[in-house]
Amino acid sequence: MNFKGRDVISIKDFSREEILYILDVAEKMLPIAEGKKKSNLLNGYIMASLFFEPSTRTRLSFEAAMKRLGGNVIGFAQPGTTSLQKGETLADTIKTAESYCDVIVMRHPKEGSARMAAKFASVPIINGGDGAGHHPTQCLLDLFTIRKEKGQIEGNRVALLGDLKYGRTVHSLAYALALFKVDMVFISPPELQMPKEVIEECREMGANITIKNSLEGLDEIDVLYVTRIQKERFPDPEEYKKVAGSYRIDLKTLENVKEDMIIMHPLPRVDEISPEVDETKHAAYFRQTFNGVPVRMALLALVLGEIK
Amino acid sequence: MKELKVQPIKDGTVIDHIPPGNAFKVLKILGITESLPDSVISIAINVVGKRGKKDIVKIENRELKAEEVDKIALIAPNATINIIRNYEVVEKRRVEVPDEIVGIVKCPNPNCISNTKEPIKTRFIVKSRQPLKIKCYYCEREPEDISSLIM
Ligand SMILES: Nc1ncnc2c1ncn2[C@@H]1O[C@H](COP(=O)(O)OP(=O)(O)OP(=O)(O)O)[C@@H](O)[C@H]1O
Ligand SMILES: [Mg+2]
Ligand SMILES: [Zn+2]
Repeated sequence: MNFKGRDVISIKDFSREEILYILDVAEKMLPIAEGKKKSNLLNGYIMASLFFEPSTRTRLSFEAAMKRLGGNVIGFAQPGTTSLQKGETLADTIKTAESYCDVIVMRHPKEGSARMAAKFASVPIINGGDGAGHHPTQCLLDLFTIRKEKGQIEGNRVALLGDLKYGRTVHSLAYALALFKVDMVFISPPELQMPKEVIEECREMGANITIKNSLEGLDEIDVLYVTRIQKERFPDPEEYKKVAGSYRIDLKTLENVKEDMIIMHPLPRVDEISPEVDETKHAAYFRQTFNGVPVRMALLALVLGEIK
Repeated sequence: MKELKVQPIKDGTVIDHIPPGNAFKVLKILGITESLPDSVISIAINVVGKRGKKDIVKIENRELKAEEVDKIALIAPNATINIIRNYEVVEKRRVEVPDEIVGIVKCPNPNCISNTKEPIKTRFIVKSRQPLKIKCYYCEREPEDISSLIM
């Protein structure tokens, strides 16, 4: 499989086999990601990290990934410090940046920005989030986490919980899980349900889908993927409190769950998961965050052609 | 009897069966006033034909190719392209919606990169022709009311 020069814009740009291959490479990166083994694989390469919108995890883990592999990083963490504020187009910023680097990682508030950047750049573009659009590296690290924690992706019953309507990353995750024909339960308030098109697409791909409005039946779940319910979605703050409260995960909601059920969350969390859950063996979200590093190392090494 | 609501031309192209009032839009989409500055172009608006009112555009001394004309399929799905040689219709073709629609439809997503000052044209992938379904190449939004988005 040759990934050299490829852009990483949407999870849909990758086949099931390609995804598995990326996860295999990420697996091999683990000791380097943990700092137990040193690597010079990307020595001499420069990654431009262009964050037109703030991010903690995505940006830090990309930069850590590049540096763990012996590469260099240039870039900015918010647009305030760039000529973008003077009205420069993204296209021009990309054309400038690409002349200084070998790969560009970007986050931008507009949907389709990464797709556009890829048209202007000859170096690979890795999308670190484009507005409400795609976030493929999050999706890959989620899959990596499920496989690492559960041994394989197939055969699990995965519940996606929270705002399933607006969160496009959760749509991509549903799609990716459907590639593996995973059984899924979509749990959300009725007003934040998974869009019909996503449900239909997953079913057409052969995934078994159940739709629920409450936390009942968690005892059948292997992976509980929690997402944030945003206050802005509710005109009435009281209504928000009520809804958010009824989907909150605490020790009580976990009483009857499977011994080895894991809880994932893309973070940052607000109060979807009570801090007391952190101490349980179910809490996988901090390990999940760490997994961003090996997965992003794998992508960098692959698109730069240092791993074939 | 031959229906000739516009002056006969010797050679060129007649675009017939354009929905009434859309002749100027057709010319704009074809970009013809810029690309053919020396062609004589006549238009007839609200011509009453056998199947009700329509607009007609005729372009002298220029035979339009399929891929040039297919761009108008969004606003004139029933248009016919008639190639005229020596005053006779020698070829008649219907327009077909192309695989991609570039620079014609505006993306309805206000947060789409194609709605900014970036140096790109709007671009939609045609997912289905009957019924017409298109998807923004950039933000992947699939607009409902396509005709209201024609620029
Ligand atoms: N020499 C010409 N100069 C200008 N317009 C012409 C000429 N010949 C035909 N046309 C026009 O081209 C169109 C197609 O001509 P055609 O003779 O095929 O008419 P038709 O049989 O009514 O076709 P349709 O079924 O497509 O309406 C008509 O609008 C006609 O007026
Ligand atoms: Mg006729
Ligand atoms: Zn768009």
